[in-house]
Amino acid sequence: MSAKANILQALRQGLANAPGPLGDSDYQAAIAPYAFTHADAVTRVKQLLCAAHAEVIDSTHDTWPADLTRVLQQTGMPATLLAPQTDCTLALRAYWADRHDVPSLRLFDQAIDCWKADLFQIDAALTECEGAIAATGSLIIWPTPQAPRTLSLVPPLHIVLWQTRSVWNTLFEAMQQAEWASRLPTNALLVSGPSKTADIQQTLAYGAHGPKRLIVLAIDEPCP
Amino acid sequence: MQDVCAKQVYLFGTCLVDVFFPQAGMDALALIEQAGVRVHFPDAQSCCGQPAYTSGYPDEARRVAWSQIRLFPNDWPIIVLSGSCAGMMKHHYPKLFERGTTQWAAAQDVSRRVVELTDYLVNDLDIQLNDLGPAIKVALHTACSARREMETLQCGLALLDRLRHVQLMNHEREAECCGFGGTFSIKHPAISAAMVADKVQALLDCGAQQLVSADCGCLLNINGALAHRGEALQGEHIISFVRRRCEGGV
Amino acid sequence: MRTAAQPTATGLEAAQPVVVTQSPFKERAQAALCDRSLRQSFRGAMDFLTAKRAGVFDDPAEWQALSQLGEHIRQRALSKLPDLLEQLEHRCQQNGIHVHWAESTEQANQVVHGILAQHQATQVVKGKSMVSEEMALNHYLAERGVACLESDMGEYIVQLAGETPSHIIMPAIHKSKAQIAALFAEHLPGVPYTEDVDALIQIGRQVLRQKFLDAEVGISGVNFAVAETGTLCLVENEGNGRMCTTVPKVHIAVMGIEKVVEKLIDVAPLYSLLTRSATGQIVSTYLNLINGPRRPGELDGPQEVHLVLLDNGRSQAFADTQLRATLQCIRCGACMNHCPVYARIGGHAYGTVYPGPIGQIISPHLLGLQATPALPGASSLCGACGDVCPVKIPIPALLTRLRTEAARPANEQPHAMRGQGANANLRERQLWRWWRWLNTSPIAYRLLTWLLSRARHHLPKQLKPWTQVRTLPRPAPKTLHELMRQRTGRTS
Repeated sequence: MSAKANILQALRQGLANAPGPLGDSDYQAAIAPYAFTHADAVTRVKQLLCAAHAEVIDSTHDTWPADLTRVLQQTGMPATLLAPQTDCTLALRAYWADRHDVPSLRLFDQAIDCWKADLFQIDAALTECEGAIAATGSLIIWPTPQAPRTLSLVPPLHIVLWQTRSVWNTLFEAMQQAEWASRLPTNALLVSGPSKTADIQQTLAYGAHGPKRLIVLAIDEPCP
Repeated sequence: MQDVCAKQVYLFGTCLVDVFFPQAGMDALALIEQAGVRVHFPDAQSCCGQPAYTSGYPDEARRVAWSQIRLFPNDWPIIVLSGSCAGMMKHHYPKLFERGTTQWAAAQDVSRRVVELTDYLVNDLDIQLNDLGPAIKVALHTACSARREMETLQCGLALLDRLRHVQLMNHEREAECCGFGGTFSIKHPAISAAMVADKVQALLDCGAQQLVSADCGCLLNINGALAHRGEALQGEHIISFVRRRCEGGV
Repeated sequence: MRTAAQPTATGLEAAQPVVVTQSPFKERAQAALCDRSLRQSFRGAMDFLTAKRAGVFDDPAEWQALSQLGEHIRQRALSKLPDLLEQLEHRCQQNGIHVHWAESTEQANQVVHGILAQHQATQVVKGKSMVSEEMALNHYLAERGVACLESDMGEYIVQLAGETPSHIIMPAIHKSKAQIAALFAEHLPGVPYTEDVDALIQIGRQVLRQKFLDAEVGISGVNFAVAETGTLCLVENEGNGRMCTTVPKVHIAVMGIEKVVEKLIDVAPLYSLLTRSATGQIVSTYLNLINGPRRPGELDGPQEVHLVLLDNGRSQAFADTQLRATLQCIRCGACMNHCPVYARIGGHAYGTVYPGPIGQIISPHLLGLQATPALPGASSLCGACGDVCPVKIPIPALLTRLRTEAARPANEQPHAMRGQGANANLRERQLWRWWRWLNTSPIAYRLLTWLLSRARHHLPKQLKPWTQVRTLPRPAPKTLHELMRQRTGRTS
């Protein structure tokens, strides 16, 4: 018999001496302690992200390219900013068109296999996010064909645009209300800060293998 | 819950109290009777069965448990002098017998009536203590199973709190095991020794003049280690300490 | 054994294969107890982790409700395990994930190696996976010319030192930063000795970044696998797990068959329980939900994803209604962080992949009781492990049960475990029989305790091992039975 058949047979024999399958769970405990107003939820996301060593910049739909540029100028300008092919990128490109003191903008527009080594040389990347989770200060990132997953992983600086109207109190509610189970992308992701480790004598160090810095531009008005 | 008006109770001494701390049994008896409750001490009692149970010999434990269960026919509370033995009787006796059998029903009945001594004094008798002794610094040790299965830590604290001149001293890692664990201390002596060494050091460091506990296995372990180090500090059963204080003793 | 060219030095070129120590548990424990530096490392780490966990479970009502939910989710999944595994396989396949089944670690290793051979892969990066440790995968692959590099910082340190993890969450917890500094300086060309933790991490980052880039295959574990959606969930802080599962062309995930949950929403409470229990974080840096390989039109992600489902003794634990609770585990490590025995002897003393209380209850199923006879007894049954378990595994009760299985005669029915009777000992059995007789014979009991009290000054002073660190207690002059009889005016 195959390994699969053997394992399933052993398990089914094991089930024979037990009561039947258990019924559904009451998930109240996953939600109850985290009921926030929208404003509180947004504030909490920002606070928790900052506590996790991310940098949060308050911004607006119109001013974010300028805000982003200012932050990059203040904190050591990356040579290249990698970005997806989205409307946001177009907006940034337009804003940077006649400016000099800005990074060069590179689009992620070909399969990683063609330029993997180059990708590892890029300093910064920009992504959008699906929203945030107030309970834990997490950003929901759903990579798409236009926004590949390594954008938020390989470059040492990761910049996220977050429309603050998009916030859930808990991961549970995000999954349930936005019906994740029926429409998950190949790789859904929660990001709650820059990468870190405490593997050496419990000493926290940032910039383990993923981004060393996470900058969140919190955009406080809805996109048109 | 126990009937607060119950006028009669059983006393279960435990084997360690029987041999090493018999005065604790007499002190418990005295304090309970002072509150107007009649105490019955079934003469045929021995051990609760825990040593065999935790060592992997449930059949032997079951036989011993059954011999004890039959000693408490009347519907009176069963007051147990040690939290860990009380835990065995309350939480593990029913597990020893097949569900639905008469033995199981009897075990359930005993389980329902078992109360640890300090719990009984504080929560059922609401005993008032007149502390006649001088000011003293005291550390309390609670056995792990008593703390976790019987939640007696709060009862021990509450009892000491009723002694006006007693100052409770907190020791480091108060909640950590002293390393006794019944046959564990014999089967893994080196690990147990490291655990009791740390416990003893913490007790000495906290500046207590007196150690009390309602758990005699731990007391044997900790007292033995203290004595081996030549320390003056020794632990005694909390009930003996409480009674002495109420009679003006140091 | 390596045949692959090594474009960058990982420091592992001369690393010794992992030495599996053969000395019995007690000897290893004794050695650990005498190692001051080791004990300081563990005590410091345990105190740190205990305090961190307490800080994030500061509301007892929430803890109670959430752990109850966690327990129910895990028990519900186990109550349907074979069906959920088939559903998981089906959904994964729909998502484009290849699913493999393995009854033993040998089979699992063969599956992984087979995939590597298909791709002629010689360089592999691995994210933290206890199941791969269980398989001794690195060793298996090294013997076949494949370099499998650990990429979790702690695992990398441990691999560099030629050791095994001493903790399931913090693999290098037994090492001080000075020891790690020396290790890096010794093994990594051009790296100076530094105890600066940031600098050490950046060194590791640089070495491993090149490997992520070069590796043909990435291997990872799985924290939860969702039957409903065919999703593999990975929880981590460092980003190496994402690197291993995103950058190489092929991703192979290995998991124990118990890790499946029924619904996607089950992940939310379990994830919260996991990070809070493990390291006292309300959330980890990354939660990675993998739903298959790169789809048409996507520009990155692996082109092939494989899932290996490993039994290795789990179906044995599953078959017993009490022992099944062992499989509720979500591998947070809280039980070891709170264990007074683990805190003193550290992870290596257990001699098994999974140390501490969870190791003591799972290892006998993976290896058989005959290979782990000391583990069930190496606990004072203080209950701290059971208290902090986020899915309410009754660890002390399971340890007691394993003691029973180890003490029962090997041929006695029913037979629940491999290695039953590993500690069966006629002398001990006789002793307990005598103990039972004594405690069920009131006259004999009273006579013996009376004798003890009368002989109190003539008892031996030494009773090893008890008296090595303790003075023997002396019986009181009269037993409680006697005092009671005197009081009621009866005579014995």
